[in-house]
Parts: sequence; C-alpha cells; structure tokens
Amino acid sequence: MEGWDPTTKSTLTQIPLLTTKAGPRDGAAWTQRLKEEYKALIAYTSMNKSNDNDWFRISAANPEGTRWTGKCWYVHNLLKYEFDLQFDIPVTYPATAPELELPQLDGKTHKMYRGGKICLTVHFKPLWAKNCPRFGIAHALCLGLAPWLAAEIPILVDSGMIKHKDDAASSSEV
Amino acid sequence: METELKEILNDLKSLQNSFSDPSLHSQFDKIRCRIESLVSLAKSGPMHRSKVKDMSAEVVDSNPYSRLMALQRMGIVENYERIRQFSVAVVGIGGVGSVAAEMLTRCGIGRLLLYDYDKVELANMNRLFFRPEQVGMTKTEAAVQTLSDINPDVVFESYTMNITTIQGFETFMSSLQNKSFNPNKEGSGVDLVLSCVDNYEARMVVNQACNELNQTWMESGVSENAVSGHIQLLVPGETACFACAPPLVVASGVDERTLKREGVCAASLPTTMGVVAGLLVQNTLKYLLKFGQVTSYLGYNALKDYFPTMEMKPNPQCSNSACLKRQEEFILAKPARDAAARTKIEAEALSSTESPVHADNEWNISVVDDSEFGVTNTGSSDVLPEGLAHELPSADGYENLPASEETSNPLDDLDDLRKQLETLNAEKS
Repeated sequence: MEGWDPTTKSTLTQIPLLTTKAGPRDGAAWTQRLKEEYKALIAYTSMNKSNDNDWFRISAANPEGTRWTGKCWYVHNLLKYEFDLQFDIPVTYPATAPELELPQLDGKTHKMYRGGKICLTVHFKPLWAKNCPRFGIAHALCLGLAPWLAAEIPILVDSGMIKHKDDAASSSEV
Repeated sequence: METELKEILNDLKSLQNSFSDPSLHSQFDKIRCRIESLVSLAKSGPMHRSKVKDMSAEVVDSNPYSRLMALQRMGIVENYERIRQFSVAVVGIGGVGSVAAEMLTRCGIGRLLLYDYDKVELANMNRLFFRPEQVGMTKTEAAVQTLSDINPDVVFESYTMNITTIQGFETFMSSLQNKSFNPNKEGSGVDLVLSCVDNYEARMVVNQACNELNQTWMESGVSENAVSGHIQLLVPGETACFACAPPLVVASGVDERTLKREGVCAASLPTTMGVVAGLLVQNTLKYLLKFGQVTSYLGYNALKDYFPTMEMKPNPQCSNSACLKRQEEFILAKPARDAAARTKIEAEALSSTESPVHADNEWNISVVDDSEFGVTNTGSSDVLPEGLAHELPSADGYENLPASEETSNPLDDLDDLRKQLETLNAEKS
C-alpha cells in the first residue's frame, strides 16, 4: 500500500472488511456476504458524506444482488462530470473482482476494455487478489474506480473527449 | 450466368454463319475465345461439397479425408475415424480460438461448441481466420459461416454470451452437460474444453466449470507483448487447476498519478497466435486419438525459440473447493489406478518374452519408484536454521481471523440493510 496517498489509505482503513468467502452460487453464504457488502457500502457512503467527499451512488439492480447500477461523478476545474456506473458480480466472485463499467465512456479512452469496462489490471487487481475475501464492492470503488476517475477524467476533459453538460451555456455552477 | 453466356455463344455462331466474308472469321473467333474463358470462370465459382457418410482412406483428389486417414497407414493413429465421435468446446473465438476451431474442423471433428460474446472488428485483421467482410458480425456467427463451408460434416453449436455472468455460466454448464450428440458417453457431453480466452476472469470461470464437472480441459494463452505463449493440460484432481497456482501477485502500490496510459491495448501477432493454436490442437489430437505423448505444459518463447515443459501437481490448499474434492477422489482412486497399470505391464510382459537385461546383479542394484504418493512433503519442516525467517504468513492465516460479532448477529436483515443504503443514496450530500 505504500505509494497510495494518505487520504485514500485512511479512508480504506475505515471501510469494514468482509469475512465470508462466498459467491452468488453459494446460497445462504452469499446472503451473508451480501449483508457484509451492504454494511461496507453504508459505512463508506456515510463516511464520504461526512467528509464532504460524496462521489457515487450504487444499488443492487436485482434481488439476488448480482447486478449493480448507479452513478459516479468527478469534479474537475469546479465542474461536475457524472457517469452511469454498472457491473455484474462475476460467477467466481470474490476470487475475481467485479469489472466496473462506465458505458458512456466506451470508446473514448484506451484505459478501457470493450463495453466500457475500466482497466483495473495494474493498480487494483493485485490488491484485490491479495486481500480476497476481505475486500468487497466498497473497496473496489475506493481503490479501483476512484483512482481511475482521478487519473482519466482530467485528461478526457482537457483533450475535449468529454464535455460538461452545461458546456454550451458557459455555466460556472459546481 | 453460365447459361446466359452459352446463349450468347450460340447467337454468335449463327451470326458468324450468316456472314460469308472469311476476313471476319478471325474477329469472330477472338470474341468466341473470350466468351469461352468467361464460361469456365463462371463454372469455377463457390462450390459447396456435400456431407460425407464415412471417412474413406481412398486416395483420390475428391476425398477430403484421404490425407488424414493416411495417418493410420503410417502407423501414427490406430483409428482416425473415431474423431467423428468427439465433441470439443472452444471458449473464446479470438486469435487462438478461431484458428484452433478451423484446425479441428479441417480434421473432421464430430462436434464443435463455440463460445464468445464479441463482434468481429477491423482491429482483428492482423490475426488469422476472420475476413474484413465479416466486420460487425458476432464472432460465433462469422465462425460458423466459414467453418460449415469448409467442412459440412462437423456439427456446430454457437453460444453468443459472456460466461462470467451468472446466467452465462448456467448456460455454459448445461451446454457442456448436454449429451444428445453422443448419449453413450461417460461423464459430461464433451470430450475436451479448450480455453482460448484473453483474461484472468474468464479462465477462472472455465476452471470453475471444469472442476465442478470433472472435465479435462486445456488452457492456452499469448502474452500481451505477443512474443510468448503457452498451453497447459488440466485434469481435475490430477494436475494443478488454474486456481492452484495463482498468477504472481505483485502489489506494487502504484500511485494513481503514475498510472500507465498505454498498456490496455495488447499487442498481437498472427504468427505467435498461429503457433499457440497449432500446439493446442496438436495436443488435443494426441489426447483424443491417443498417439504420442500428451504434454502437460508447453511454453513458447518466441524471442529465444525456447519451449519449456513442466508438470504441476495440484495444490492441497487450493482456494477452489471443487478442486479439493477432485483431488480427494483422485487419491482415493489410486489403488484401482495402480492395479490397472500393473495388469497393463503384465500384459505387455506376456506379449514380449522378455529376458533380463543383466544376468547377474553383482552389486545388488535395484530400481526404486520415487513417484510414490505421500512422500512429497518430507522435505518441509517448520524448523529453520538460525538467521532465517519465513517471509510469508502461514497459509491458513485468514481463517483464524476473529469472526466479528456483527456477522453472527441474527438481527441483521438484508432488506433492512438495503433500505439503509437506499436512504443514504436518496439524501442530498
């Protein structure tokens, strides 16, 4: 973890770790895991809100909790850029991490696989593998998606690949 | 088109006959020659061969299997025609999978199951098999189109879906179990699964399915820099599964500001992919038709032309529970395996009246079997010499974590937790 900025590190230590090693095909154990996922997400979301660093919304799109949809956003030069966020829980979860998708950015950056799956190979997958089964969805957002947005959005905005929704009206709202 | 050209030719003849001037004849002949060459061109257009009932060894130009059946005459394969009973599943129809599927099709495999969810793109044209006019089609659809033209005897099944999703995985499992092609087959409905996918997640899914079904499979891969590759045979319980030896995990603690911007787009070469597909299908043929030695791992380093081989035993602490179950079954079946091996050796000894290589044994030299089970762990000991320390934690570390009292709280309700998150989501920050 050396090399991560102190804020990310201290945030990470406050997200509850998970204990149940179970995937969506494991019946009752998966329900238990799902509860732990919710607790971690609730803790992370409320922490972000109290630190004035709210940056995503995510909720299960089906009762089994195998598909998740929501939004994430990033503020660059005082403008807020918001994107749809979605992912499936893979059948081999938690041995393999969920593949986070930002479908609106598909084809706009090289740091992405087909379908808008963001590239997590270098900065996140090793951490996930090392911390299986203690990391969950909240950790994937904190250590996978957040750094990706921080690295990619400024470049995408500066290069003109993405435009702010109020761009035409030269708005200054945050 | 052919008939129309012939009509023109007839018209030309009657026209020629109506002119008596011989000076025009050479002109007419020229035109007739050109039309005749067009007729032969029209004849040689796309030809579709019909299905063949039995593979024949007859050496004629029109027999699609004569060169394959010759393997029997050469003493390489005992019964080549058995290949028509076999089903092979190819997962991932990319640079390796499509070529492997074509090779198996040309070899006359009985049934091919093809899995992929991608579409053909122009960026795929540096590899073999797909053609520019197929851009936009799904890879499975384009593959079946080409392959069924090449060999209509093969039964094709295509599955356009992502096997890493729950739904995709269920379809994947049931397609492997379907025995309608060969109802008398033991075990699953396929003889071999070939993994030709390009990512870790999908390999783990194939591994999971094959461990659960006790299905032998082969894994293949080409490195991101396109200059090395490998193939590997995985027999659940007997050899290492894909989760037994996880890829080297290096948590380098990358700073987000230094994230590489290139690197997602992997390099690829038709040569390396073709070589790996060739190695994979060669091993498949050896495994199915029982000739030569089936390799358990074969690497290919293109820069140095180095082909390492090795064998990997399963990991008794593998994180995959289905793998552990298969390992247990394999150990339990050892006596039966030994007995079978013994009778085989005895049968061979009977058929060849063998005399001892050496009549006397002055020094009492005897050969000891060192591959016995259970002796592999003798070397390891927890006691280390002074000054050395174990760097890695003991394997079962996380199991001993004190279970948090929260997890066992029966008052936790999933719906409650869901509502809590929704409330948080609805609040303005």
